[in-house]
Amino acid sequence: MEVLTPRSLDEALSVKAERPDARPIAGGTDLLVELNFDRARPETLLNLNEVPELRGWSRENGTLRLGSGLTYAEAMRAPLAELVPALAEASRTVGSPQIRTRGTLGGNLGTASPAGDALPPLLVEGAQVELGSLRGVRSLPLSEFLVGPKRNALEPDELVLAVRLLPSAQPQTFMKVGPRNAMVIAVCSLALVADRERGELRAAYGSSGPVVGLVTAPLEERDHFADTVAAAASPIDDVRGTAIYRRHALRVLAERAMERCLA
Amino acid sequence: MSTIPTRTPRRTPSRTPTRRLEPGRVGDPATRHDGVPKVTGEFAYSSDLHAAGMLWGKTVRSPHAHARVVEIDTSEARRLPGVHAVLTHEDVPGQKNYGLEFADQPVLASDRVRYFGEAVALVAAEEPEQARRAAAAVRVVYEPLEPVTEMERALEQEPLHPDRPTMSHGYRDDPRPNVVRTMVIRHGDPEAEGEVSVAGVYEIGIQDQAFLGPESGLAVPDGEGGVDVYVATQWLHVDRDQVAPCLGLPPEMVRIHLSGVGGAFGGREDLSMQIHGALLALRTGRPVKIVYNRQESFVGHIHRHPARIWCEHRATRAGKLVNVRIRILLDGGAYASSSTAVTSNAASFALGPYAVENALIESTCVYTNNPPCGAMRGFGAVQTCFAGEAQLDKLATKLGIDPVELRLLNALAPGDRLPTGQQIEGSLPVAEVIRCAAALPLPQAESLPREAIRLPGGAGNTTRGEGVQRGIGFAVGFKNICYSEGFDDSTAARVILRADGSAEINCAAAEVGQGVSDVILQVARTELGTDDVVLAPPETASVASAGSASASRMTWMAAGAVQLACRAALEERKRAGGDEVDVERIYRHARTTPLDPETGQITGDRAHVAFAVAAMRVVVEVDVELGLTRVVWIGTAQDVGKAVNPLAVAGQIEGGTAQGLGLALMEEIQTRDGLITNASFTDYLIPTTLDMPPVESVLVEDPEPGAPYGAKGVGEPPTVVSTAAIVSALRDATGRELARVPVRPDDIVGL
Repeated sequence: MEVLTPRSLDEALSVKAERPDARPIAGGTDLLVELNFDRARPETLLNLNEVPELRGWSRENGTLRLGSGLTYAEAMRAPLAELVPALAEASRTVGSPQIRTRGTLGGNLGTASPAGDALPPLLVEGAQVELGSLRGVRSLPLSEFLVGPKRNALEPDELVLAVRLLPSAQPQTFMKVGPRNAMVIAVCSLALVADRERGELRAAYGSSGPVVGLVTAPLEERDHFADTVAAAASPIDDVRGTAIYRRHALRVLAERAMERCLA
Repeated sequence: MSTIPTRTPRRTPSRTPTRRLEPGRVGDPATRHDGVPKVTGEFAYSSDLHAAGMLWGKTVRSPHAHARVVEIDTSEARRLPGVHAVLTHEDVPGQKNYGLEFADQPVLASDRVRYFGEAVALVAAEEPEQARRAAAAVRVVYEPLEPVTEMERALEQEPLHPDRPTMSHGYRDDPRPNVVRTMVIRHGDPEAEGEVSVAGVYEIGIQDQAFLGPESGLAVPDGEGGVDVYVATQWLHVDRDQVAPCLGLPPEMVRIHLSGVGGAFGGREDLSMQIHGALLALRTGRPVKIVYNRQESFVGHIHRHPARIWCEHRATRAGKLVNVRIRILLDGGAYASSSTAVTSNAASFALGPYAVENALIESTCVYTNNPPCGAMRGFGAVQTCFAGEAQLDKLATKLGIDPVELRLLNALAPGDRLPTGQQIEGSLPVAEVIRCAAALPLPQAESLPREAIRLPGGAGNTTRGEGVQRGIGFAVGFKNICYSEGFDDSTAARVILRADGSAEINCAAAEVGQGVSDVILQVARTELGTDDVVLAPPETASVASAGSASASRMTWMAAGAVQLACRAALEERKRAGGDEVDVERIYRHARTTPLDPETGQITGDRAHVAFAVAAMRVVVEVDVELGLTRVVWIGTAQDVGKAVNPLAVAGQIEGGTAQGLGLALMEEIQTRDGLITNASFTDYLIPTTLDMPPVESVLVEDPEPGAPYGAKGVGEPPTVVSTAAIVSALRDATGRELARVPVRPDDIVGL
């Protein structure tokens, strides 16, 4: 296995154009498990850890740009945590401190699992995913980027560069259900924004359908909103939980989230 | 009788003061000699072994739970780069089958596979990756057969072992297909009626030992036809006695050395890579290392028996137990392992530490195509404690009696008889232990708001107090110490006492993390009156068998052997005029005899050597809307005889409690048609620090008359009791029956 380590974004994109099969790796919290269990044997790894343009976050005219190399540990820290509080809460639920120090937003996007903890809070904030290749940069709404379970809209020569969003500055929260009190893959999860400015409720559920799903409703429909969220999800039975429990839990989470955000 | 309260330090941000490494004597809270290297990562585990020129071994395993093996084609695998050997059943030079107690398991499958992950072929190659590729290239043609996966149906289906390997060992003859062992205990009048009665059916899922160090070892050919195997195991000599016949070698040509053990809990009683590694090493003439990965580890060892238990407890209105009727069905999986002993233990301790004049207990273990089960911490008593203690809570509720009072009313005491007819001769302070645990003050209810990690759901941030109910539970656990029913193993110790007063101890007792090597050193320092004592690395060639690090027996037995050998060495040296002496002694506990196969009654004075009891009080908070739990606090009292090392005992209590907590709340191997569907630590969950509360433990010291220093084993009682105690608290919080562990969120919510 060959490991290529570009030192700049241009170099990274050139490598990806030449070697579209190269598997990008940053924290490696997903990919190394695949390698360990012999589920993947990529010829080439594209190590993105030395690409400065992918790291950290910035703010321009109110719009946040979160680099794909932003770690969960970084997302938990102020002042970013105050701008996207649900994302900070979601980041706290990711793995252990070691995993949060290594794992990146780009990993959640690249893996595109419906259990990706960062995805629901990004979805309720209307995030756009910035994709780059030598052909140029394009932007896609997160909902269009996530096309199926563990499938996304990346072209073979593209890399996830960043996520852009305009923080709503509205009350929001994230909750995740797991059968133990830390270090779990979500049985189901929910991010919710009570957007008084736009007069709407936005919720996104994780681990309750093939992709992370967004549900919106006018604020006046608060009384039915938990049921709407539960009905919108399409959970299945698997080793982590039952469909009936997931739907039930989503309803409870949505009620509690509204209490938190509308208090 | 004395009690030692040991309070676990609360998790506060203040720094723990550094404890000086003191060479302790018996009774001292000695610091573990392997503690610092383990915490700092310097300790060498069996997976860290290395030898010059070594090859890597890999096992080809069955993807089917039950299939006929039609053909094995190794030609392609042999042609791959770096490959030195590809072996099948045809290459096993000696006995084709092995087993801890019954040789019913093929070293490598020949015509049939009986469980998912059964070993079929072996590969050795220069690099691990080459070995993996070669293993994948071994072409095995299977004809899948219908798997036997349901315990009750197994008793009617075609036998998986038509030759019935476990029968004709003095067990009750049970003609039903797939029976590993049936055991019936008839005590008093099994039809006796009570004034009240409670009944229930309880289920226990498959728990895994989930040791962090996967199966691993290194086999080194000695160039003279023999082999040295360095491996993480629980009993060096029983490994040797299983390995040698399969290699077609006399036992002395196979030497087993203990390597760094990353947890055992019963899961290393059976062989894993020992024969396989030795076969590859002898074939290639090179050292061969085998390390299972996490996924393979889930099929690389046996598990705790899942069980279904039917109970009826009959009592007087005053709460005195009159008659207990229990039927236990255990799923042993594909091979016998130690299932026959687990079957018997489940029956023997099914009543708990209570005096009951009449009982009918039936315990049956069956073969299926599910994952094989065998020894795990608690060994049959965990399953029946969960059922029996739930029954006592149910009875207490029905009678309106305090659950602690009900237990005290029925508490067993020395002089009483067990349902097997055995009289309790030694120490058994049941009432004292119950009183001590019940007297521990409960922590005050915590106020809201508080951090999410101090609420059910923890880091998941699911509640700020909504739906949270507090519950308090109590349970008592009961189990034997040492092996039983005529299986009277011994422990040897050898002491080299030098003229300068220094000493070297040889003992093959396996240090599996329980701290037995410190016990050995503490005993030797005490007996020899010097701190200048070293413990030689355990191996089969230098000393006779120590028996297994199992059944809470190793402290008792190793302390007995070392004490005996040290005293003999001192005498011997006196006789030798102060010159160096080398003395080996074998220690044995009081003799046991089998139980009568028809009545389950003793055939001599005793079937079990000694007993221990633990009581536990638990506070939980449960989010009843989401079904999530936070165990807030655990207080426990345990009958330890004498704490050789109180610090290590407290550690065993915490660890054992955590393992029982895992079974109560999350740990279960899930299967579909016999295939394991959650073979990873992503989906087989074990408790984290956020799941494990502080444990306050009281050590009740009532010395066991027959034991060295009066010390009983301590490893199992906390695991036996904690599952039952935690679920008792969950029932108190939720008002639900919760008759199955692990308790799932669905069960708490009532979906």
